[in-house]
Amino acid sequence: MPKKAPFMRGLILALAVLAAAPAAALAGPIFPETDGSPNADGIRTLYLLIFILAWIVFLGVAGALVWALVKYRARKGAVAAQIHGNTRLEIGWTVGAFLILIFITAFTFITLPEIKNPSASDIDENGNPVASAAVYASTDQPDPPEGSASLNIRVNGQQYVWRYRYPGEERLLTYTDMVVPVGMTVTLDVTADDVVHSWWIPKLGGKMDAVPGYTNKTWFKIPEDAIPEGEDRVVYDGQCAELCGRNHANMYARVIGMRFDDYQAWYEQTVRDVETAREEAAQTREDIEGTTGEQPATGEQP
Amino acid sequence: MATTQRPETTERTELPIARRPRPHIIAHAVERERTGFTSWFTTTDHKKIGILYLYTVLVFFVLGGVEALLMRIQLGAPDNTFVSPETYNQLFTMHGTTMIFLVIVPVWAGFANYLLPLMIGARDVAFPRLNAWSYWMFLFGGLALYGSFFFSPPEAGWFSYVPLSAKEYTPSNGQEAWIYMVHLTGLASIIGAINFIATIHNMRAPGMGWGRMPLFVWTILIYAYLIILALTSLAATVTMLLLDRNFGTEFFDPSEGGSALLWQHLFWFFGHPEVYILVLPAFGVFSEILPVFARKPIFGYKAIAAATAGIAFLGMLVWAHHMFATPMSTVVLAFFMLSSFLIAVPTGVKIFNWVATLWRGTIEWRVPLLFCVGGIATFLMGGITGIFLAVFPVDWQLHDTYFVVAHFHYTAFGASAFAMVAALYYWFPKMTGRLMSENVGKVSFVLFFVGFHLTFLIQHSAGLDGMPRRIYEYAEEDWTIMNLISTIGAFMLALSVLLTVINVVRSLKRGAIAGPDPWKGNTLEWFTPSPPPENNFDLVPRVRSVEPMKDIRRQIERQTGVPQRFEAGKPMVRA
Repeated sequence: MPKKAPFMRGLILALAVLAAAPAAALAGPIFPETDGSPNADGIRTLYLLIFILAWIVFLGVAGALVWALVKYRARKGAVAAQIHGNTRLEIGWTVGAFLILIFITAFTFITLPEIKNPSASDIDENGNPVASAAVYASTDQPDPPEGSASLNIRVNGQQYVWRYRYPGEERLLTYTDMVVPVGMTVTLDVTADDVVHSWWIPKLGGKMDAVPGYTNKTWFKIPEDAIPEGEDRVVYDGQCAELCGRNHANMYARVIGMRFDDYQAWYEQTVRDVETAREEAAQTREDIEGTTGEQPATGEQP
Repeated sequence: MATTQRPETTERTELPIARRPRPHIIAHAVERERTGFTSWFTTTDHKKIGILYLYTVLVFFVLGGVEALLMRIQLGAPDNTFVSPETYNQLFTMHGTTMIFLVIVPVWAGFANYLLPLMIGARDVAFPRLNAWSYWMFLFGGLALYGSFFFSPPEAGWFSYVPLSAKEYTPSNGQEAWIYMVHLTGLASIIGAINFIATIHNMRAPGMGWGRMPLFVWTILIYAYLIILALTSLAATVTMLLLDRNFGTEFFDPSEGGSALLWQHLFWFFGHPEVYILVLPAFGVFSEILPVFARKPIFGYKAIAAATAGIAFLGMLVWAHHMFATPMSTVVLAFFMLSSFLIAVPTGVKIFNWVATLWRGTIEWRVPLLFCVGGIATFLMGGITGIFLAVFPVDWQLHDTYFVVAHFHYTAFGASAFAMVAALYYWFPKMTGRLMSENVGKVSFVLFFVGFHLTFLIQHSAGLDGMPRRIYEYAEEDWTIMNLISTIGAFMLALSVLLTVINVVRSLKRGAIAGPDPWKGNTLEWFTPSPPPENNFDLVPRVRSVEPMKDIRRQIERQTGVPQRFEAGKPMVRA
């Protein structure tokens, strides 16, 4: 019918505009958060495809429903057609639904490696830029591509704080704020000590549950250009996504991306601070013990 | 009155279904129908039990709704201190538990109790005393849960994930109250399901083969089978939790060789079939009401019945899509994504058939029809957002956010609550002999539809913007306006429910007299007077099609010459 043509053209135009609209502007209300890590971007791509198909199906079916409701509203003298069914039509829409789902399945598995597998770092272990390596694909989360530097942090959820353990001799522990170098692939081993928590920084990709007794894996890589001009860091917020008790709402997490040199400076400084604090504590204890000359009666072994 | 058994009885199975004698209730003495206050406590009449269910459900629905409103007030403003975190957790636990175990599952038990024997031409359910026992178990289950309000209500969520629900992290005995509630209402549902199955298999009117059974009865049959499969499993699961909490069994304690994930698997093995326990009877309601008001036969009867069974079967195989963010291998993730996709096919088939039922009909815009169409449109959106969530990488972003809250309200509320109200308006005249007010009904519908979408549409955005579920407060500025809109919508919804309740109360006394068949329905319940007498049918008509009442009206027309059919565009009944 020629009458419908403008509508269809409008629909296609609207979808095209929607698809081409800068995703960042719509991230949040319409699309998942992105631009912090390649896996979040992969999820966005997948989401966008389903989003477009969903609108076509929704407008088609809801349109038919409303059209039927208005067009066939009972009027004087109207006679309802006594139709009992149509086998061809039944087979048609069953197959049609299948085809859409097969298409989404295929697209999901094409996009999956980009989301699930850690990509290669853009910098080496000394912070020097490297030529981008090919992405390595396999079924379960593999290590980052061989030869590529990466940072592995153990994330541990406890009521109501996130604890991060950095690799290396110092076994540095930090809480709530995780500082990482930009351009470096960061792999996370997510665990929990007490109840189930869920690690989630929306802009850095999907969430992973922290279940006591299990180690869950995820990763992210903050792009090197994520740090705004003239600043030394980029901050991504998130919070625990699984009910973990009364203060579930207050279990925040932050990931702070720094340039490699700043990160190294931060790391060394933090290790020194922890060392100093530890020494001071030991000193204080010694002072107390020195003055009293014996262990506090009720105190436990330090 | 004793009915004489025909001699064929002995070779029952050899007879074609149309001629098979049915088991009859044999009366040994005729008693006056019991009335008065005490009759409600002693009754075994399926209709009275059905009404008891519906009134009880109404009370729990209001309680669950008030809990929702309190949560919406708390979230209406950032950093609100209206309720404490402890109270907030108790509210969402009670809201979810109430709506699922004490409202939607029993509301279908209530409608099925009332309608099932009438629809299949039986005089009662197979086991009337067991039926009464089911109701009282359900009531006591509800009271056990709400009794905890005077001490310490449960606060670990309706899903009660371990270790949070373990004694170490939730020491309050509200958790035990929750477990007892699951046991009592679960038992009620299982016994009720056995009763429905026995009734449907054995007590259908002469001539009512499987292919002539009303679609609502089909969905209740499948609902009953799902209850037996799912709620028995849940009973075992919560027993394990009870033992863990009180007798040191450590099924779920990882430090003692137990597994925290075991609970999640067991719970969702119940939890997802439960979703279909909630919505399949709603689909049955849509399938009954649409053809009556479109004045057309249901489109694709067999496809809809088959889709019901298909959904139930696939519904048993999708549970782990609630757990996509837990540690699982890609193979498992892929399996549960594909099985969840498959379920969209029979669900889609149903929706297409409903649209085709309306197509080229003469549609009467009456309140029951409006609620059905509103429900289908809403459920359609919930089904589509379900596809987003079934794709596990996308679910990693959306899981446990307000996107999911929106999704399951679009499905559970969209199908079940809309269908619940549609069923109320549609069958109220049968139950009471009086019609509900159309005008109040239409206002209520508009408020219901607009209020619902105002509340939940925006929650998709809140979820995409990173707002997790079950948080009692937030500081993010972006979420303020979204939550405020949601809160306003919730109050609109509450106003609509209030209007419908007022409508019920008013119509009980002042509604227009309905007569036996105000809508010119298709199924056998409209053959009886409104309300039906205690024995339902003095004579059970022989069934020759899916629409026995249409056949009967046609026959009367032939014999008397008085037109019985409905004429399009003329008022159906004086309302």
